[in-house]
Amino acid sequence: MISTGSRHRKYTILPLTRVEGHGKVTIHMNGEGEVEQARLHIVEFRGFERFILGRPYWEIPVIVQRLCGICPVSHHLAAAKAMDRIVGGEHLTPTAEKIRRLMHYGQIFQSHALHFFHLSSPDFLFGTDGTAASAFEAPAEQRNILAVAARYPQLAVQGVMMRRYGQEIIRATAGKKIHGTGAVPGGVNKNLSLSERDVLLKEAERMLEWARGALRLARDFTMDHLAELIPFGSFDSNHLSLVRESDGALDLYDGVLRAVDKDGRKLVDDVNCQRYLEVVREEVRPWSYMKFPFLRELGPEQGWYRVGPLARMNTCSFIGTPEADAAHREFMELNQGRPNNVTMCYHWARMIELLHSIEAIRDLLDDPDLQGDDLVVSGPRREEAVGLLEAPRGTLFHHYRVNRNDEVTMCNLIVSTTSNNEPMNRAVTKVAKDHFTGRKEIPEGLLNHIEVAIRAYDPCLSCATHAVGGMPLAVELRDASGALVDRRVRDAV
Amino acid sequence: MKTVTFTIDGKIVRADKGQTILKAAEAAGIYIPRLCACKDLVPHGSCRVCSVRVNGRIQASCVQTAAEGAIVESETDELREYRRNIIDMLFVEGNHFCMFCEKSGFCELQALAYRFGITAPKYRLLYPKRDIDLSHPEVYLDHNRCILCGRCVRASQDLDRKNVFQFVERGCRKRLQVNGEALSDTDLRAADQAVSACPVGALMRKRVGYAVPVGRRPYDEVPIGRDIEKKGEE
Repeated sequence: MISTGSRHRKYTILPLTRVEGHGKVTIHMNGEGEVEQARLHIVEFRGFERFILGRPYWEIPVIVQRLCGICPVSHHLAAAKAMDRIVGGEHLTPTAEKIRRLMHYGQIFQSHALHFFHLSSPDFLFGTDGTAASAFEAPAEQRNILAVAARYPQLAVQGVMMRRYGQEIIRATAGKKIHGTGAVPGGVNKNLSLSERDVLLKEAERMLEWARGALRLARDFTMDHLAELIPFGSFDSNHLSLVRESDGALDLYDGVLRAVDKDGRKLVDDVNCQRYLEVVREEVRPWSYMKFPFLRELGPEQGWYRVGPLARMNTCSFIGTPEADAAHREFMELNQGRPNNVTMCYHWARMIELLHSIEAIRDLLDDPDLQGDDLVVSGPRREEAVGLLEAPRGTLFHHYRVNRNDEVTMCNLIVSTTSNNEPMNRAVTKVAKDHFTGRKEIPEGLLNHIEVAIRAYDPCLSCATHAVGGMPLAVELRDASGALVDRRVRDAV
Repeated sequence: MKTVTFTIDGKIVRADKGQTILKAAEAAGIYIPRLCACKDLVPHGSCRVCSVRVNGRIQASCVQTAAEGAIVESETDELREYRRNIIDMLFVEGNHFCMFCEKSGFCELQALAYRFGITAPKYRLLYPKRDIDLSHPEVYLDHNRCILCGRCVRASQDLDRKNVFQFVERGCRKRLQVNGEALSDTDLRAADQAVSACPVGALMRKRVGYAVPVGRRPYDEVPIGRDIEKKGEE
């Protein structure tokens, strides 16, 4: 929708499509047709941090995972890690730790497959195959998984089957594909039976092969369109993630905090998760329900950072599985070993993690510890604890206080999309400035550019405000007086 | 001991004189749904889920004794609908969030809902504001899930020989009250039969949580009442 005032215009994209959650984008243009400002607004509100107060602590890993239907395991495990410490059971048995890791890798595998194949692949496959005027401008009716299935059936089947495989792992370890109960304070409630293991093992090699293919697709797409992709929604930034404590390897389940700047200088390193508040703070802005986290030492202006697959490639020293490690080295060569700040490289990084996940799954399935019976440990109680892990979309922070009656009295959640709030706003602004400046009207195809930039981050908008509802998005154009000039709205699919 | 003979849905059933219809049906392998009735507890007749027609009149089968020649109807469309409505109302007048309740898979209310094919609320949810009492070191009381069946009241008095629970107020204000300011003031223990008597997630042992994985809980695979019905098939 476009609204016009005296000289200024404001575009609204509502709803944003093919992302999780409900959001809109507003683009303000001045009388000279220049983009002055672009903002991503998250219009949902959830309030999980408030309504779990007063509940018993052992319920929390099962309640908070209801924040999301795409990566509930991340919330389930982050909360469980915090509750491990509450019950003094942070040193899990090998069986418990490995079952949880398997669950988490299954989650990463299915979520990355979903994002790449179902949500983003239409942009790559149709925007650049010659059917559209330029990248990401394929007709709207083509930009969905059904069109992918019609034109590239083999690829669509692989996407669906990879997601299914990840969900089967979650079911085997958590009891259900979505919103299971597997992780309990101090451990897990089940091991992996030999029959469950055999079913998963049978398909592991095929999944590995398909993950290699998905990585090739993402890498080739990036390399073939490098000139176009490098500036697309890109900017220099800091990057933050967990890395393995001993050697800085990529570790999606546990580790210490590390942050690097755009050139790879370490801003934060080897920080224990329990001390996250010493390095991260959150800023509130009046126009969004989402907060804006930043590195405390640098302040809100300079300290904002990116999380997720791209950030993890930039922070980790290496990857502990051979094929993903080779892919990581190739990825880092793009910027001569320094951090890669290209927004569209999120997809390539995501597929490296997809490969890493299935390599880790295959190795874990051979481990006899998964059939162990020692499932839960406990020790001296604590009243406060933090649980962090690397969710598919980035670092996830869960922080709780629990009183002597077992009642939760404080909760703070910083989800990945919240950390990527400032970067997504910058990506939207960059795309709007590069592509909209000087235009009197914005065609629908161009609006997809905005969404492509947002989709690179694979945001979970509803998670980020902790919200209720479906997932539509809108773009608004306003004039200098704030009057609505134009507004484009799309309903949830 | 004298016996009486009567029929349930046309099937001839023998009962000891003075035995309730519910107990006689159970012995004959006929399941009549129930909530407030519980083995070893004096019947209460309050939930009305076990209602049957006895010679044309609706009676609670947990308190109605079997009479010679009585014609009892149980599995009729009318009575199924009647019971289903009661279960529906129990759901909406409390705050029953099965998706994260640790009693899921063990809960008799949830199991009955599954047995009756209830997948969504039929009536408007009332969302009452109720408290949770976590003051006791071993047990907690979540009033959000209490269905006022009185099992804990009877078990505490008759089996545990304590007097931890009572009902206060009447009608829609009726609620469960503990004998003290909070549960921690009472002499309740986790091993008390009052705790295990709760059919829902209102009175729970602390720190048990989700120890039993999904798929291995009593009602994950087998519908409530199936054990009784199986006896009738043998």
